Amino acid sequence: MIGRVMPIDPVLAVIGERATQAQYDETFRELGLDRPLIVQFGIYVGNVLQGDFGTSIRTGQQVADDIKRVFPATLELATLGTLIGVFLGVPLGVVAAVRRGSWIDQVSRFVGLIGYSMPIFWLGLVGLLLFYGILAWVAGPGRVGIFYQGIVEPITGMLLVDSLLRGEWAVFKDAFSHIILPASLLGYYSLAYISRMTRSFMLEQLNSEYVTTARVKGLSESTVIWKHAFRNIRIQLITVIALAYANLLEGSVLTEIIFAWPGIGQYITTSLLANDMNSVLGGTIVIGTIFVCLNIFSDLLYRFFDPRSK
Amino acid sequence: MTDASTNLLDIENLWVRFPTRNGIFDAVRGISFSLGRERLGIVGESGSGKSMTGRAILRLIRKPGFITADRMEMDGEDILNVPETRMRKLRGHKASMIMQDPKFSLNPVMTVGQQITEALRTHEKVSKAEARKRGLAMLDRVAIREPERVFDLYPHEVSGGMGQRIMIAMMLIPGPEILIADEPTSALDVSVQLQVLEIMDELVRERGMGLIFISHDLNLVSKFCDRIVIMYAGRIVEVCEAGKLHEATHPYTRGLLNSVPDLEHPRDRLEVLQRDPAWREAPSVSALL
Repeated sequence: MIGRVMPIDPVLAVIGERATQAQYDETFRELGLDRPLIVQFGIYVGNVLQGDFGTSIRTGQQVADDIKRVFPATLELATLGTLIGVFLGVPLGVVAAVRRGSWIDQVSRFVGLIGYSMPIFWLGLVGLLLFYGILAWVAGPGRVGIFYQGIVEPITGMLLVDSLLRGEWAVFKDAFSHIILPASLLGYYSLAYISRMTRSFMLEQLNSEYVTTARVKGLSESTVIWKHAFRNIRIQLITVIALAYANLLEGSVLTEIIFAWPGIGQYITTSLLANDMNSVLGGTIVIGTIFVCLNIFSDLLYRFFDPRSK
Repeated sequence: MTDASTNLLDIENLWVRFPTRNGIFDAVRGISFSLGRERLGIVGESGSGKSMTGRAILRLIRKPGFITADRMEMDGEDILNVPETRMRKLRGHKASMIMQDPKFSLNPVMTVGQQITEALRTHEKVSKAEARKRGLAMLDRVAIREPERVFDLYPHEVSGGMGQRIMIAMMLIPGPEILIADEPTSALDVSVQLQVLEIMDELVRERGMGLIFISHDLNLVSKFCDRIVIMYAGRIVEVCEAGKLHEATHPYTRGLLNSVPDLEHPRDRLEVLQRDPAWREAPSVSALL
């Protein structure tokens, strides 16, 4: 399949270079590589539909199990990052639009500029150096300290959620201390994007006639802004937030590597470097599916928030 | 309650100015007028400053634009220097405005009912049920046939004429004394224009309100107003009684009158308005009562 176009022999990746010809042939058949390409593809798709992504060559486990283990870590990180980005970015964007040209607008522009232009690994390293190395406010790389590892029986696979559900406060505290720096970093990047988009959506709405109508009624500025103008940008914002979220779910590879975060980005990258095509494909399919689902979900929310789309 | 001798509105030497890169642009240049319990028409071409005048009365000029005046009083109360919080209480409650196009001036994601009751509940402490009741009655007043059904519709689900009647209901429900109608019918089909205007006119007379009717349509204005102010380039060039419009003397007014076709006296070619640069510089005519 995709492995075919790579200059790598999947058989050798499994058995190693010193295997005999007989071993080679056997594995070749075991992997089904003697069948026609289209049949191989059919088998793979059939398996995927049943939740079977094959075996990972690198870890020796089912790819599906690997993903079940690594994906919650990414989900946890991306969700927290997006929450930070939304809860700080949306108000910042709204205020920047309302007080256009003021110092807060300039600050938001500066924040956005840094977010767009600074490489994430550099900010990540500086963050680690400052908050972990010098100030020691947060814990270092990894999901949780060694002392706490394996204490919490996984329910969702997300450590913060699980430790809360199990009532393990010490673990929760430690896990939070580990996640807050990478999540803030990711949050900062979505904040930069979300606040700029919010600002331009709001500016457009604030210039429209119905906002003047609302003012003519004698409504207070905060009602005009939040009840009238903001309600009209919710739809556009949902798309932006969904995209930002999908972006973090699929693309926080650098952050995961710097913070030794055992997530899906790191999993796919390591697998790719180890020629473990089953894992790479499995991970990619999962991410692609999530991307599509998020888009469908945001379309469904449209129906809910926009009376015109009913 | 109000002294009959007090005007609803007294405005002296009002300027609306916008700073631009090439200096300050004056949209309204020192006009004076007052409004009693009457219907005052403001007529002028695009850019003559008539809409800006309407918005300036409510102090709703968008920044960086600003207002200066010698005197601005609403029902005897100074509105030039009062804080924004007081101004907010006056908007809607004392003076309200109907805007041009209901397609843009109604909030697309709020129902008709929400928008009407919001206008009422901003100024009066009434329960939700009471607000709904009065909202429905108001919709009925502006000749909407099924108020119950329309109450829960969204603006995109109603026609333009209906939208404008909803707008009238929304702006009149808190019981203002001054209504500014800024080209209220120019976005509507000709067939419903008169109907909407008649409803507005009826309500304004019935409540003894003061109306400022801003339009570019001389015929319409002379039909629905008592007094007409003609604006040109940010100034008032002429003031006359609606019934005596044909006696107007200013060449601009005459030009406007002559460029209107008349069914009973058809002409081959309508006159084209010849503008005289001197009109720009001539001092504003006062329209104080």
